[in-house]
Order: sequence, then C-alpha cells, then structure tokens
Amino acid sequence: MSGIPHDHYEPKTGAEKWLHSRLPIVGLIYDTIMIPTPKNLNWWWIWGIVLAFCLALQIVTGIVLVMHYTPHVDMAFASIEHIMRNVNGGHMLRYLHMNGASLFFVAVYIHIFRGLYYGSYKAPREITWIVGMLIYLLMMGTAFMGYVLPWGQMSFWGATVITGLFGAIPFIGEAIQTWLLGGPAVDNATLNRFFSLHYLLPFVIAALVIVHIWAFHTTGNNNPTGVDVRRGSKEEAKKDTLPFWPYFVIKDFLGLAIVLVIFWAIVGFMPNYLGHPDNYIEANPLVTPAHIVPEWYFLPFYAILRAFTSEVWVVQFASFVTGGIIDAKFFGVIAMFGAILAMALAPWLDTSNVRSGRYRPMFKWWFALLVVDFFALMWLGAMPAEEPYASFSLIASAYWFGYFFVILPLLGVIEKPLAQPATIEEDFDAHYGKKSSADATPAE
Amino acid sequence: MFKKLATGAAFALAMIPAASYAAGGAGHVEDYDFSFEGPFGTYDRNQLQRGLQIYTEVCAACHGLKLVPIRTLSDEGGPQMPEDQVRAYAADNFSVYDPELDEDRPAKPVDHFPENNNAGAPDLSMMAKARAGFHGPYGLGLNQLFKGMGGAEYIASLLAGYTGETKEEAGTTFYENTAFPGGWISMAPPLSDEQVEFADGHANDVEAMSQDVAAFLMWTAEPKMMARKQAGFVGVLFLTLLSVMLYLTNKRLWAPHKGKH
Repeated sequence: MSGIPHDHYEPKTGAEKWLHSRLPIVGLIYDTIMIPTPKNLNWWWIWGIVLAFCLALQIVTGIVLVMHYTPHVDMAFASIEHIMRNVNGGHMLRYLHMNGASLFFVAVYIHIFRGLYYGSYKAPREITWIVGMLIYLLMMGTAFMGYVLPWGQMSFWGATVITGLFGAIPFIGEAIQTWLLGGPAVDNATLNRFFSLHYLLPFVIAALVIVHIWAFHTTGNNNPTGVDVRRGSKEEAKKDTLPFWPYFVIKDFLGLAIVLVIFWAIVGFMPNYLGHPDNYIEANPLVTPAHIVPEWYFLPFYAILRAFTSEVWVVQFASFVTGGIIDAKFFGVIAMFGAILAMALAPWLDTSNVRSGRYRPMFKWWFALLVVDFFALMWLGAMPAEEPYASFSLIASAYWFGYFFVILPLLGVIEKPLAQPATIEEDFDAHYGKKSSADATPAE
Repeated sequence: MFKKLATGAAFALAMIPAASYAAGGAGHVEDYDFSFEGPFGTYDRNQLQRGLQIYTEVCAACHGLKLVPIRTLSDEGGPQMPEDQVRAYAADNFSVYDPELDEDRPAKPVDHFPENNNAGAPDLSMMAKARAGFHGPYGLGLNQLFKGMGGAEYIASLLAGYTGETKEEAGTTFYENTAFPGGWISMAPPLSDEQVEFADGHANDVEAMSQDVAAFLMWTAEPKMMARKQAGFVGVLFLTLLSVMLYLTNKRLWAPHKGKH
C-alpha cells in the first residue's frame, strides 16, 4: 500500500496461504501496522492516536447511553438524570461522553495546527488534508447535535441560534431552516432527527478516518523536517524509517496515557468544568438565557460569525453590490464557513516549496500569530457582542483570512528558506547522536 | 523528552478556554467551606440529613425535587438513612397520585419526591448544578477543581443574603438579596433562626441552616459525587502507573536507535 519500499506479509503455513489467496486481510493489517514511519517524528505526532481513541470512546459510551436515553422533549432531560442516578456506572459513562467531546476537539485542533506548521497539507498529501477537514466538519455537526440531546436550556437555545443561521440564506433560507427543524421551531421533530443523525455521523466519521489513514499510508507520513523518506531501495528507506509497530505504537500510547491522566482527572474531579450551568435547567422555549454561549470548541468560529456586523464596510459593500441579498447575517454565515474553507484550501494557497515551518524563518512568526489569533477568537467568542470585543473580533477575523489568502501565498515568493537536512536520518542523528539504525540491534 | 511532553500538555490545557462565563450583574457569593470540595471532598452525612429535614419542613412547602427518587436517601454517599426510616419518611411526609388506584396514597421509597411549583417556585433537584458561584481565576473556572462550581455556595449565600428591605412592583413584593443577580428576589426570606429543631441540638441559625440545605441540594444534584471522585482517583492512579511503564518501555525500545542514552 505504501510507496515506501518495505517487507510485506508472506503467508507461511498452509492455512495462511489458503486464507491469503482468498482474502488478503492479514496482509492488509500487517502492511498497515508495519508501515515504515519517519523515525524523527516528534511528540506533536501523537494526536492521531488520541483522536482514534476519542472516536472509539465516544462510540462505545454513546451506544450504551442510547440504551437508556429517551429522545422526546418531555422525557429527554429526565432520562439523562435517570442515567446519572439509576444506571450502573451511568454517571461515569455520561461524564466520559460529555468530556470526551472536548478531548476530541482539543486533539483535533492540535492535530490541525501541527499539520499547518509542518506543511503536512502540501503535495502529495492534499487528499489526506481535505478528508481531514471533512472529518472535522462532521465532528462539529455531530457535537452540535449531541449537545442538543440533553434538552437543557443551552441545548435548546444553541439549536435555535445555529439552525437560525441557515435561515439567513437568501430566498431559500427559511424553507431550509423549516426543513432542518422539521417544523417552524426547535421541537420534538428536531430532537428526534438530531438524535438519529448524532448516532449516524460517527460511523461516517469512522469511514472517513479509514480513508484519511489510507491516503497518508499511500503518500507516507510527513515529518518535522518535511523532507521525503528515501525510496530508492529497502535499505535506504530503512535508514530514514522505523516500522509503526512497535516503535510508534508504544510511543503514541505513552502520549495517549499521559493525556488520559489529565482527561480522567477532569472527568473525576471537575466534570462540569467545560459545560454550562444553564444546561442543567430543562429547556424552556419561553425563557431565553441571558447569554447564549456555544461550547468552547465552536467559539473561534462563532466569533468570526458575529464579527461581521452591518457597520463593517466589507459587509456594506457586499450588501450594496448584491442589491441587499447579502445582508450582515448572511455575510457572517459565509465568513464562518469561509474560515473553515480557508483552512481546507491551504494546500493551494501556500506557494512555498518548503514543507516544514522549521526552515521558514518568516512563516514561523506568522504561524505563531495565527495560533495566538485562534485563542483570541476563542476568548472573543465567549464575550458579549459589544465594544471593545466587536472590534477585536473583526481584527482577529481579518487576520485569520489574511493568513490564508494573503500571507501564505506571499511568503512563498518573498521568504528565503533556511537549509534543510538532506535526509531524515541526518536530522535524527543530529538530534540523538550518530548511531544509525543500520548498525543498531533491536531491543531484546 | 519530558520537557516536550510538558509543552504538549501545557498546550493541551491552554486550549481549554474560559468555559464558564460570568453573567453580568451577579450578586455576591460567599465562599463557604463545604466538606465536599476538592478532589477528596466527601459529603457530611449528618449535614445532608439536617439539610433534608430543613428541605422537608421549609422548602418543600413550595419547591419540588421531582428528579430525585426517595429511595436514594439510603444510598451510599448520601444521607444514608436506614431503609425503614426512609419508608417511614416517605409515608409521613408526602402523598402521591397513583394512576392504578386513581387516588392519592402515601409515598413509598420507589416514588420520587413530589413535584411542586407553588407560587412559581422552581424545582430544586438540579439547582446546585444549574447555578455557578465561581468563575475564577480570570474567568477560567479552574478553581472548580478545589471548590466546585459554587452552586452550593450560591444557594447558601442566597438563603443568608436577605437584607430585610422590600419593595412593591406591579403588585409583587420583592425582597432585597445580596446574592441574587439583580439584587431583588420574589421569594420571601424562607429561613429564620431556630425555625427547625435538630434532634442532636445542632446549630440552627439562618447561616448554619443555609449551608446545611445547600449541601443537601448539592447531593440531590450530584448524588454520585463520591463514587465519581473515587473512580477519578483510581483511574488517575492506574493511568499514571501505565504512563510510567510505557515511558520505560518506550525508552528501552528506542535506545538502540538513539546514540545518546
């Protein structure tokens, strides 16, 4: 499967040969697990395993929760409390699932920013990147619909605000919104379809994860240098790589275990840290909460959504040019989805032929600013829509778009990159001292 | 390597932003010391029983606890009353409508505390989790680890926060309260000194009773807290152990490939 030359599975016994000639599944698993992996991968590369763990955790806890949950507006809230009080271990399952969503997003954001820094999105890994972005979009949809299920105040009002975004689409918006909700407002029909989709989408994500892994197993992993693995011969490739099992499996599990210590401490000792107290009040369509705040992982894009008010000249210009079809609300929706689209387009917006940010002296600083910008947007998303937050939001949103549409294309032209190591082996040896894998004996 | 792991962990933590966000115009919430705060905090069984008594004699006149099954009063990690006491408590204090008999009958432990929204009083089952007294430091909410969300503190502060001032607005009397957001609440001061007599002669001034009933309501909102913290402790311990073993395995596994040891 991989383009990097390596040893493949050889069926030995009669039974193995029998199976292999009919269904080469053992070979497929062997090749996947033993894929040659750049040996210089650093700790930013562990988050893929964390993400795989999160998906499994959410599906397993979710399936058990569904056995006790009732998707009906009159019973949903009480059924969650039934899980918390009467189901054996239910309180842990529920808190694991609730906080599991947050861990999932912590991991995906670090994973995405790692890709942005080390240029993992660049050729030939564009498909991996695009599939990853699709997974991220589906994650957001799944998380949003999952948050509606407990039928608390934030569930209800969050759903009202977010589905209202679709109502901002000119001409057909209202019809789409009604169609999505299954009625004129968030109600039982909405809860039921969200429940159905919340159960379905994780399996779509799982399928896309397989495609994601398939894609980067075809191109090979990127690595901190961005330099390609030598593929001339098996021996050459072996100098740059080590097999995924056991080297990276053990390393990734170590990273995962440390992450889980923190995760478990949050679940055990402060499980409502990332939640909102209002969601322990049953949904009431007649009482609007003082502040409707989305979950933390939506905040950066929520800030972008709110940044483009009718006072912003770009919005006024767009409104004028389109004869009022694009109003401030619709502009905000375009901006929010555009911010994610901008990330997805990174492979074509980045003109530099150097992959890794490590060897890009100017890029480094702009990237660091993007990370700061992301946190700033997250903070601003939680602030009320008033000055000075509105102006800050606009500046931070502008930088987000500026980074992808102006800075990335320009840097490739004006930046003078540093010298890159000739091989991955060279980078590894520079870091750990010369003792290349060629003369190394495996651990006993 | 630990430096890098630490950077990674710090980054992961930093990704968690100001989740809980302080609502404007919030009142003053006194930071009481409750026995259930912090990773090792536990409920004080006697305090929960006193709180139950206050709830029954005072709060239950207007408020309900519809999500709480009466039988859980004998559960571990709660007021932990003997089962026969719980049976007597249910029958003596509450009656419920039985659809099979088509009439009211004395409550049994399997029933929930009755629903009650006299004068628009909200249900109290989840109140201690539906209010947040603390958001610090810097709105990051991290002190939850040591103090909890401050829901119980909010309730206790509210009950003890009446100034004695009243005002009339559109035919409703409002009472000034230092803890209530906005400063004026429509609930009359529910507690007065020595209103409830405890069998063990425990202090029964407003301040003490406010805290007792707040602790009880923390339990009704989070009845499995002690089991959860124990699971948290055991999990953290074993995962730390697993991390150490994986660290040693990983080190040994990679050693032949690294020049430095």
